[in-house]
Amino acid sequence: MAKALLEMKNITKTFPGVKALYKVNLEVEEGEIHTIVGENGAGKSTLMNILSGVYPYGSYEGEVIYDGSECKFASINDSEQKGIVIIHQELALVPYMTIGENMFLGNERVKGISIDWDETYDMADKYLAMVGLAESSRTLIKDIGVGKQQLVEIAKALAKKARLLILDEPTASLNEKDSKALLDLILQLKKEGLTSILISHKLNEISYIADKITVIRDGTTIETLDKAVDTITEDRIIKGMVGRSISERFPKRENVNIGDISLEAENWNVYHPIYEELKLVDNVSINVRKGEVVGISGLMGAGRTELAMSLFGKSYGKDISGRLKLNGEVVELNNVRDAIRHGLAYVTEDRKGNGLILMNSIKHNISLANLVGVSSRGVIDSDKEYFVAQNQRKMLNIKCSTVEQHVGNLSGGNQQKALLAKWMFANPDILILDEPTRGIDVGAKHEIYCIINQLVAEGRSVILISSELPELIGMCDRIYIMDSGKIVGEVEGSMATQENIMAHILKTSNKRSVDNE
Amino acid sequence: MNRARVMSFIKENTMIIALFVITAFFVWQTDGIILLPANVSNLISQNAYVFVLATGMLLCILTGGNIDLSVGSVVCFVGATGAIFMEKHDIHWVLAVIFMLIIGIAIGAWHGFWIAYIKVPPFIATLAGMLIFRGLSNVVLNGLTVSITNQTFTKLFGGGADCYVPDIFGMDNFNMTSMLIGIIACIIYVCIQFRGRIIKAKKGYEMESIDKMIIRSIIISAVILAFSYKLSMYKGIPFALIIVAIVVLVYGFITSKTVLGRHFYAVGGNEKAAKLSGINTSKVYFIAYTNMGFLAALAGMMTIARLTSAQPTYGQNYEMDAIGSCFIGGASAYGGTGKVSGVIIGALLMGVINIGMSIMGVGADIQRVVKGIVLLGAVAFDVITKKRKD
Repeated sequence: MAKALLEMKNITKTFPGVKALYKVNLEVEEGEIHTIVGENGAGKSTLMNILSGVYPYGSYEGEVIYDGSECKFASINDSEQKGIVIIHQELALVPYMTIGENMFLGNERVKGISIDWDETYDMADKYLAMVGLAESSRTLIKDIGVGKQQLVEIAKALAKKARLLILDEPTASLNEKDSKALLDLILQLKKEGLTSILISHKLNEISYIADKITVIRDGTTIETLDKAVDTITEDRIIKGMVGRSISERFPKRENVNIGDISLEAENWNVYHPIYEELKLVDNVSINVRKGEVVGISGLMGAGRTELAMSLFGKSYGKDISGRLKLNGEVVELNNVRDAIRHGLAYVTEDRKGNGLILMNSIKHNISLANLVGVSSRGVIDSDKEYFVAQNQRKMLNIKCSTVEQHVGNLSGGNQQKALLAKWMFANPDILILDEPTRGIDVGAKHEIYCIINQLVAEGRSVILISSELPELIGMCDRIYIMDSGKIVGEVEGSMATQENIMAHILKTSNKRSVDNE
Repeated sequence: MNRARVMSFIKENTMIIALFVITAFFVWQTDGIILLPANVSNLISQNAYVFVLATGMLLCILTGGNIDLSVGSVVCFVGATGAIFMEKHDIHWVLAVIFMLIIGIAIGAWHGFWIAYIKVPPFIATLAGMLIFRGLSNVVLNGLTVSITNQTFTKLFGGGADCYVPDIFGMDNFNMTSMLIGIIACIIYVCIQFRGRIIKAKKGYEMESIDKMIIRSIIISAVILAFSYKLSMYKGIPFALIIVAIVVLVYGFITSKTVLGRHFYAVGGNEKAAKLSGINTSKVYFIAYTNMGFLAALAGMMTIARLTSAQPTYGQNYEMDAIGSCFIGGASAYGGTGKVSGVIIGALLMGVINIGMSIMGVGADIQRVVKGIVLLGAVAFDVITKKRKD
């Protein structure tokens, strides 16, 4: 048995109010490719952030033993010194710098007090040859594709003398051909002695490349499967990833009364606003009825948010095509104002970045999407605005001293409620809720579920986008499953289980890759 | 508890307190000369353009800390064209005023177009405007000075010897009309306060404590009365003050009470959130800069009226006075916060420092140094107190 290069023992990491990891163990042998699988939010990235020093020693409990000695990393620099290099899902390259400049960013080749550009580019070319990228190191990053950028990231890691390479969903934004090339490169590097940890959702990739698989669920390690010992099937992995029943976390909805179709999108297509050839939403057709909660499930990057925002007055994406019908009538919503006027509301997943104005009061945030409702002839009736805000505060149980308080000072759950209050005041018929319970505690979650139930009881329609499968299964009448911009399945709420949803996602990505080969 | 209240009072009213302290300092240093009616009157007349420009600048800054560097040049250019219209082409002054306002709005729209729709950074677009309109002023004036001879125009826009509200009572050395205007303003203010309270009581809304309201009414009335009294002792209320008062009231109303005003704060506070709330953010930028052009035109008229001429060098550094007043007055350099009332305090503070040091005989160079330090100090104070809160 080869010697263990890395051991993480009993890692526990707590964020305010949440236990992200609890006694997680991970053992990686020298020269192997170890994959980590788990649902979104299971704790994979947190674990890798501990390993790479993003969360410094002392902010977690447990031991990290690397190459025989315990490590107490204070920052990323410390872990890189030891040869642990992480490549994040979002590439961290500067578009207007050359490949060479990017590779040695923060690690510059210096002669005296100036940068030695000859050596920089010479070394960069050598590393590029190692990863099999036929580009000059003087090419600008913006001029090469995402697949090649991923290779540059690996070359950059090698330039840092990496012994342990961590790749966080490296193929998420690559097409099949580039993915295959990347996986082959990792296998090639393995032969040269490099150890890799790979986080991935794609089961076909995992079975192609992995020596061992560790399954993480709800912040704990479930099991580690060894290719040499266990028979690894997809169902086996899926069972490990989900496999828990939904308890009574979701309030029951009484006298469900589902009416006519209120929103229907047909053959909806959306392209990326910058990379115009990238199709983010691919021929999607969905509908939602009055009094119905429809879920959209899918992994990160499946195109759910892009679909929602493009429906909401084309607030995201380019070259949007398709037909949108509201209450049976075809409409063209060209901006957010149109969408709001037609009774749509989109409650963003990013409440701080896209939803609230943190420096403004609760009152001003609540009225923002419907200022007409508190004004006459363009003049705001501040008394009425206050009155409205008070009402919403009581209705949604927003905990604050007064509605004059800045939204930025509220807790996450209360901010989320303020955001919901804002959109409920706009009085929409159809609400698209994008990850409405992300990062908030269980109590606040329950309150938001109750609000959702109340909204549909009033005959409104709710589209619920969530990465938490139990939440979708517990709340929805119907669930669409989305992957790589396509709807790959639709299940009735009563029939939905985590296993069958996960299987839809994983098997379609599998099938697609096989078809392409 | 009490201490916390005192602290929060100081925090909320820092600049008003600073204004009082600095005024007191100059009263002491100049043996009260600064409070002579003539000086109080000058404080307004000399700085009228700052109040007008700073109000417009506030709207630009609200949208995200964006400034307009072109205002000084626009003031000069609009003044220059106006002077040529009136003096070289004998156009009636009313028509000339309309032309000047149209030119100002057109220049503002030009900047707004590049900034809002082409997405040129405001700093660059208005820097270009600063160069363009300074150059064009020279072209229009042929590099020469043009005197303004129209008495009505100069008088109405705050220039010449008798640019004051005339006294209909004919008292010696006391302009009773001006005093009456001050008294009426106080009565209107108090009435509005009480009316608002009565409406609130009727609809059952929450009200502030009556003590607080009475104290505020008394303080504000006292300031207005003291001001009118000083001005009446001199020649009366200058017309420039009336223009400033109208601008301040109108823009104070727009920023605090209207949907449009709320849009400015929303765009500056979080542009993405504003967009996703259905606000046309490009339009907000466009309006901010177009409006700046309009107010720059107004300031241009006041400048040529006060100096009874137009010269290619007028308006230099006016943009800096306006920007400085906004930041001293508590506008955030990142946008989203700031009030017209704060800007007025900021402009007054700068004005008091100017006039106080002039009376003390401090040279213009040192005055600049002091103003620079005050600006830095005010903004640093703001940043530090905000940081502590988080």
